Formats: sequence, structure tokens, C-alpha cells
Amino acid sequence: MLAPGPLATVQDLGRPGRAAIGVTRSGAADAASAALANRLVGNRPEAALLEVTAGGLRLRAGRTVLVAVTGAPLPVAVDGRPAPFAAPMTLPPGAVLSLGTPWAGLRSYLAVRGGIDVPPVLGSRSTDTLSGLGPPPLTAGTLLPVGDLAADEPVVDVAPVGPPPDRPVLRVLPGPRRDWLDDAAWAALTTQEWAVAADSDRVGLRLTGPRLARAREGELPSEGLVAGAVQVPPDGAPVLFLADHPVTGGYPVLAVVVTADLPLAAQLRPGDGVRFRA
Amino acid sequence: MPAARTVLVVLDRPPTELDVAALRRLPLGEAAPGQAGAPVVLPVVFDGPDLAEVAERAGRSVPDVVAALTAVELTVAFSGFAPGFGYLTGLPADLHVPRRATPRTRVPAGSVALAGPYAGVYPRASPGGWQLVGRTDAVLFDVDREPPALLAPGARVRFQDVG
Repeated sequence: MLAPGPLATVQDLGRPGRAAIGVTRSGAADAASAALANRLVGNRPEAALLEVTAGGLRLRAGRTVLVAVTGAPLPVAVDGRPAPFAAPMTLPPGAVLSLGTPWAGLRSYLAVRGGIDVPPVLGSRSTDTLSGLGPPPLTAGTLLPVGDLAADEPVVDVAPVGPPPDRPVLRVLPGPRRDWLDDAAWAALTTQEWAVAADSDRVGLRLTGPRLARAREGELPSEGLVAGAVQVPPDGAPVLFLADHPVTGGYPVLAVVVTADLPLAAQLRPGDGVRFRA
Repeated sequence: MPAARTVLVVLDRPPTELDVAALRRLPLGEAAPGQAGAPVVLPVVFDGPDLAEVAERAGRSVPDVVAALTAVELTVAFSGFAPGFGYLTGLPADLHVPRRATPRTRVPAGSVALAGPYAGVYPRASPGGWQLVGRTDAVLFDVDREPPALLAPGARVRFQDVG
């Protein structure tokens, strides 16, 4: 690793099924783009790759490796020459791969055939930014070993994927505590445009818009949370949880974004607008 | 995923009517039997910075609070907040204390704390708003141990005064 950019972490499918001991799932925030990157280099689905936040990453290949970049589209270069996006490509030993700044979206995925072989923690190589499980965020000088989680040789030349939409609309289902918020809250959530606040990360997106009001007072005993849950804290500004969400929360969950739309949510940048559709 | 009053079931696919029917058949109204075997005993030094305030709120002396905390058997109701953090229930009602108005920016690992109806032990140093009554050197969470969490839901727990 020559330069990680603003934030680069190792991610895979995460740690499902351990919430009961307080361990959240984690894993690639945009799981669809991560899966695509693995498919392009012929990796098994559980292979770990790099999640690159806001681009800016540079690394040098220690030996010949097959790589692919997906997710937030950005300029890709090998030794300064333009290289393809969403397509497998071979890096010869010593070649420097550089990622520019995404022109849309936030998180790009860099898969290496064989997978990133850092030691698994509780069955996963993912960095859980909330609890600190897994490898720390990558720093310049880190050596990334390549593993043996390759499957069949890849057969696809390029994946025809479009950029994230300019005006994303996330589908929502009513949450388990919709009745703790007043009717205007649900209407506001599903009709207004919301802005992604600056203090958003892999844990969740803070949304700014109309203040959502409670229909009832009182404290909600802690309940299990999922990625996609739209929780409303006392300040009335909803939080949309992503991959590193806390396993429990004590504020009402007004709505839940459908799983298929979480990759779109993970590509939202601070300042972006987003809408929700019931 | 058990929580205070709910159980969250997460599937890796959309639920079917059969899944829903299977869940409806679960005897959720019945109290689970306590976990068999000896309780987990946590050695605790009761010298937390909030111990005196907790005692004052409870209208008890500090030794009396320590005696109460070591006399009861607690149960891990559910986990959350951090890996290995168990919400322990079974406290006497007068030891149900509110969170601190201003959370501490750093609570040391092993801190034994109270908030609301719960007791808990911070598995690692973190910010926290619970009232600190003591500390333990028990390792609450270790990824190289199976199981990694010392306190899993259903486990019974006792505090032992080693001050």
C-alpha cells in the first residue's frame, strides 16, 4: 500500500449471526459492488477485498496479480496510464495502480484474484469500524498478502454497470416502531428530500430534513437493529444504519430500507440528496 | 438477537409464510429456564468513582451497596453496545440508577457499571454514561477464545468482592 486515500479497509461478507454477543455484521457496505469485483477476478464470494472510500488509493503489485475495480466509478491508472473500470486487468510485478476521485458515489471496491489474506477475526477479515474488530484501516506501507480464495478463471471482460443514480430513491418498509412517531413523520420520510450529513460513515448516514416528531413519550427498551433501519433519535433527525450498525438501539425505528437498496445507500456522499419511497 | 423485550430474527433471504408460521409456533410467552451449571463469577474491586453517589441515591451505605451487588445472582438478558457487553438484570430496585447526565469520554476496560435496571462490564475502554461502581480484571471478550464472549445471553453472573 503506497497511499490508502481518505479511508480504505479490508471487507468481505462480514460476521453474520453473532449479534447475540454484541458483534455486528460489518462487511462491504455496498455488497453488490463488492460481489461484482470478486466475480470479475474469479474469486469465491467470501474472498476479502479493499473498500476504498472517496478514492485516492495507490498500491504497488508485489507480483503478477489480476485485479478489478467496481463500485463508485473513478479514474483508474496503471503506471500513470488509463486502465479500465469494472473489468479484470493484470498488474505485472512492480506496477503501481492508482485510483482517482469518484465522479459519482463514495465507495469503490478493489478485488485481487485470490482475495486479501489478512488473518480472519471471528470468521471474517472485515474491518468493523464501530467495535474495532478485524484489521485496522489501511495505512501506507502495509503489505497485503494475497490468498487462495480463487475459483474458476474469470470469463467476463467487462461488467456493464452504470454509475450510482443522481437522484437516488430508496425503497422502505414500515419499521417496527412506526407508531412511536406521528403520522407526519412517515409522510415526511417518504415524500421529502433528505440530505446526507457530514458525520456519516460505515455505521450510518445522518439525514437532515424536517424534524420528525414522536407520537408518544417514554423510553424504548433496547431492540435489535439491522442495516437499513431508519432510527429516530430524540433530536428528530433520522439515522439510516449501514454495515457497521450497533447491534441494539434504544430509539424507535420508523422504517427499514429494503436490503436490495442498501448498496445505493452505501454510495451516498455527505451533501447528497436522497428520497425514500414506501 | 435477543434484546430487552424483543427478539430479532434475521434471515439471509426474504421470509416466506413458512418462516412466519415457524416463528408463530415458538413458545415466546414462556420464560426460559435459567442456564444450568455454576454462574460466571466476576472478581470485582468496588472502588468506582460513582459508588458513593449510587449509595446516596439508594439511601444505603457504600458497604451495604457492595453487599447487595455481591448477594444477587444476575442474568445476561442480552448483549449490545460493544462485543461482549452483556446487559445484566436482577438488580434490587433501589440500585436502578439513571445514567450520568454527561457521559465520560473514556471508561476503562473492566469497569463495572450500573444504569437503569441493568448492570454491565465494559469489555474495553470506550466512552460511556453508566455509573461506575467497580472494576474487574476478567477478560470479557477475546476473539481467540471460543466462545469469545464471557457473558452470553442467558448466562448467570455473580460479582465477588475482592477489594
